[in-house]
Amino acid sequence: MTRAEVQDAVVGALLSVAPELSAAALKPDVPLRDQVDLDSMDVLRFVMEVHRRTHVEVPETDYGRLATIAGAVDYLAGRMAVV
Amino acid sequence: MVAPGQKVPVGAVLALIRGDGEGPSPGAGAPPPMPAPAPAVRASPAARKAAEALHVDLTSVTGTGPGGAITREDVERAASRGRVAAPAAGGMRAAIAAAMSRSKREIPHLYLASTIDLTKATTWMAAENQQRGVERRLLPVALLLKAVAGAVTDVPGLSGFWVEDAFRAGAGVHVGCAIALRDGGLVAPAIHDADRKDLDAIMRDLLDLTGRARGGTLRSSELADPTITVTNLGELGVEEAFAVIYPPQVAIVAFGRIMPRPWAVDGRVEARSTVRVTLSADHRAVDGRRAGQFLAAIERRLQAPELL
Repeated sequence: MTRAEVQDAVVGALLSVAPELSAAALKPDVPLRDQVDLDSMDVLRFVMEVHRRTHVEVPETDYGRLATIAGAVDYLAGRMAVV
Repeated sequence: MVAPGQKVPVGAVLALIRGDGEGPSPGAGAPPPMPAPAPAVRASPAARKAAEALHVDLTSVTGTGPGGAITREDVERAASRGRVAAPAAGGMRAAIAAAMSRSKREIPHLYLASTIDLTKATTWMAAENQQRGVERRLLPVALLLKAVAGAVTDVPGLSGFWVEDAFRAGAGVHVGCAIALRDGGLVAPAIHDADRKDLDAIMRDLLDLTGRARGGTLRSSELADPTITVTNLGELGVEEAFAVIYPPQVAIVAFGRIMPRPWAVDGRVEARSTVRVTLSADHRAVDGRRAGQFLAAIERRLQAPELL
């Protein structure tokens, strides 16, 4: 996957959990909890969706690394062979 | 204030009684403004009860009974035809308003609260989740729901309905799980037979129900079936909540935020992971002693998370 594809996967996973969001309005460096209303069930569904799209298993202890879109892309790219 | 024979809405002031020497109060004599009467809908009492339980708008149902009256079967047919009123924000607000007003008007609530040490449960869950792939991970709410379902079987009398001046136990333990919707409002669909499901099955149901509740594709039976409800506001930082019973159910359990609190263990104070749990119960059906036993049963179950 390219970095852009990882970003698409993260945003796509987020939109699948919170379909009311607009991709264009999401700010990559602002914590998701400050721009999206997510409860723990949503976070789990987001992590499951990220897994489905990127095949990266995010352990519970690493959830904090997904706090922003940019952070999530960095983290996932680091776990994958990103070109 | 109201002339004999005049029809007025329920709750309207009929008359004011003055003591000796009291004059008419300012404005007396002019009838108070009345809300416009609702359009008359011919429906049997059973149909009205079913419509309330199934969130069906009676004005949208075609009656097949005598004189075009709506029967319970008509309501159930309308409900089974597809989506229930859930995502229609206006209808949902009205349904919540009607249910909550009825609850506070009719149900003498009793409230009990307790703080539960969740350290064992959260530690056990964290260790479990380390072994589990993302598709099988547990959330604390699954443990809390299962503990409530188990406590219902330990202490009878809280899972069921107050109907016709008597408690009627539910046919199974169907735990309603309050789910807030993104555009406001909430629904509380049932996790059916929660007492007989393991934590994995409860998690699967929760994920499924949350997704479908927010997508507006719940089935009407899922909303009508709960025999007891659980609400969880802890993620918003709420420490405790005293919830309003969803009639005709007789109990609702509310969990607050899971947070560290100073806690005495073996004579020493430690920071432990804790949660406030409150029970609102219908005092017509349940007494304080039984309600207390129920809260104690929830706590006991949460101290043995591996058995949940």
